[in-house]
Amino acid sequence: MHLTITDKIWEAHEIAREEGVSLLYIDRHLTHEVTSPVAFSDMREKGYRIRRPDLTLAVMDHNVPTDSKERPTMDELSKQQMDALWKNARDFDVPLLDFYSPYQGIIHVVGPELGFSLPGLTIAAGDSHTSTHGALGALSFGIGTSEVEHVFVTQTLWIKKPKQFRITMNGEPRMGVTPKDLALYMIGQIGTGGAIGHIIEFGGSAISGMGVEGRMTLCNMSIEAGARTAIVEPDEKTFEYLKNAPLAPKDDWDEAVKYWRTLKSDPKAEYDKSISFDVRDVKPMVTWGTNPAMVAPVDGRVPNPAEVKDQQQRAEYERALKYMDLRPGQPITDIKIDYVFIGSCTNARLSDLIEAASFLKGRKISPDVRAFLVPGSEWVRRKAERLGLHEIFMNSGFEWRHSGCSMCIAMNADRVPSGKRAASTSNRNFENRQGPGARTHLVSPLMAAAAAVYGRFVDVTELDLDREVLSLA
Amino acid sequence: MPERISGKAAPFPYDNVDTDQIIPAQFLKLLQKKGLGRYLFYRWRFDESGNPRADFILNDPRYRDASILIAGKNFGIGSSRENAVWALVDYGIKAVLAESFGDIFYGNAVKNGLACIALPESVLRELRERAERSELYLTIDLGRKVIEYDDRSLEFNVDEYARRRLMTGESEIEYTMRNYLNRIEEYEKRMPSFAARGIDSVTRRILEG
Ligand code: SF4
Repeated sequence: MHLTITDKIWEAHEIAREEGVSLLYIDRHLTHEVTSPVAFSDMREKGYRIRRPDLTLAVMDHNVPTDSKERPTMDELSKQQMDALWKNARDFDVPLLDFYSPYQGIIHVVGPELGFSLPGLTIAAGDSHTSTHGALGALSFGIGTSEVEHVFVTQTLWIKKPKQFRITMNGEPRMGVTPKDLALYMIGQIGTGGAIGHIIEFGGSAISGMGVEGRMTLCNMSIEAGARTAIVEPDEKTFEYLKNAPLAPKDDWDEAVKYWRTLKSDPKAEYDKSISFDVRDVKPMVTWGTNPAMVAPVDGRVPNPAEVKDQQQRAEYERALKYMDLRPGQPITDIKIDYVFIGSCTNARLSDLIEAASFLKGRKISPDVRAFLVPGSEWVRRKAERLGLHEIFMNSGFEWRHSGCSMCIAMNADRVPSGKRAASTSNRNFENRQGPGARTHLVSPLMAAAAAVYGRFVDVTELDLDREVLSLA
Repeated sequence: MPERISGKAAPFPYDNVDTDQIIPAQFLKLLQKKGLGRYLFYRWRFDESGNPRADFILNDPRYRDASILIAGKNFGIGSSRENAVWALVDYGIKAVLAESFGDIFYGNAVKNGLACIALPESVLRELRERAERSELYLTIDLGRKVIEYDDRSLEFNVDEYARRRLMTGESEIEYTMRNYLNRIEEYEKRMPSFAARGIDSVTRRILEG
């Protein structure tokens, strides 16, 4: 039998199987304030307790204010939701990174950086972008609230093994083309439903050449192609990334690494689907529509719906252009921007901040633009401050914020006003996602930084980046 | 949950309906699942001042009491929010027919008794056209795996696990505990040390701050 990394981790965790659905043991469970309250109240009602609070980590991220830790702007409902998580974590004895914790952040940033997420583990969270943790070589699943409760009580999950989709990316991207661009390019190629029912396994020279945080960006965005989740084989970079993390193995580090090195897909393993492409062909990407597959290279144009043959797709394109207030055939570089958001579990890790700062150093943002820099965690924020990145951002006119989901989902006070247009490093450009009536263009941190300076999209492969800042990576 | 689901069907001719549209994030702050039907498809159903939008299909008097949606492809993609399923169920939707479903949405639906049936595009198109012509009542027979309407009957496939869950409606947690608690305990005894070690109290204090 030739096995993939997915097969290996799956087999190691399968407790039972019924009618093709497996009962998997879940090694790590992350939870946040939005998708957990109903699970907790049901548990209270039924008298359940959490089986392994020590394998569970609760984080406040979706609702938290990012303006200040001293005098935060908080609405009543957000406060209630955070208070509920605080009480639930206390009553059920779950470790909690609350609003004031020095390690608070977005769960998909926090899990890997603390070493809570590790290679070879099964990880679940009541949040679709849990796929992010797959970048470390873990099997990670976004789940719904009923499943959250199931994991709380049983530490297991009923789940059908996804089909396997191998995506091979080869070559070295040109300067200025980032993992985010590869993610958007891939989604544009396979569509929002292109990976439904599948786990994507990323491989190839572009993946091994990429940093661990870049792999997280790719795994994170896989969800937007419909994937159940995504995974990358762990390698020396992964081990290096985890080495001194607070929750990584200590005494048994060598033993763990020895096991992790076995987590590779066999060369002859077979996949249900596979594609490969050369990343040298990829340009910086910008979404023009209302789902992440509606994307074009920065030197391209907004499509003309009249040229689309499929009737339903044409209607969808027309609707998207109307919502986005764009003209058919409009060059992407003609699109003017009001807001810039660098943040989210897709692109708010240290390497993303370095990437953006490498262009912003010594430059000022356009007076017509309001720009937010929201680090993915408080730890990322501190690391960036130690490198002096916060000064680069603030000097250029960016607001240097505290961590949280912020403008990615607009559940706190950070939102793009109706009718305004944002360049955003987040993962969803759905209608109203960044606030009612907000128009979102998904881009890389570098593209977002350049858009902030020029007030419109520009091709970053033609710009000069600060080598000194880049070398901090 | 009955073996048969019957109701009026509405054409819902959209592809890629994401859960942000099914229920916008602002309504995720409510701490319970009851009453979410009011906010279903909120921004499609209502304009900025909260008045129903005449051009939205579920506001059409012909489809106001529909309980089955005949959608396009990739229904329920995006966010894992189970609130999307709760809102559909609370509104009165009992089944969604589509070419394909978001994986997490599909799992959530099964757990809440919302039947999601995958059908080929051509069949969906025909059903939508039929529902546009005049009132269409469907019966989805989960036991026999057929959909009946007019004098016709259509076979469909559904995975067995989902079908059993939909038909018995039994609590999955109770089921797992009753049948597999032993195996879970055994598993925990043989976990590798790096996986078994959770958050110890010292590290916990440092992280919590
Ligand atoms: S940053 Fe956005 S996508 Fe990520 S967990 Fe938060 S809301 Fe979800």
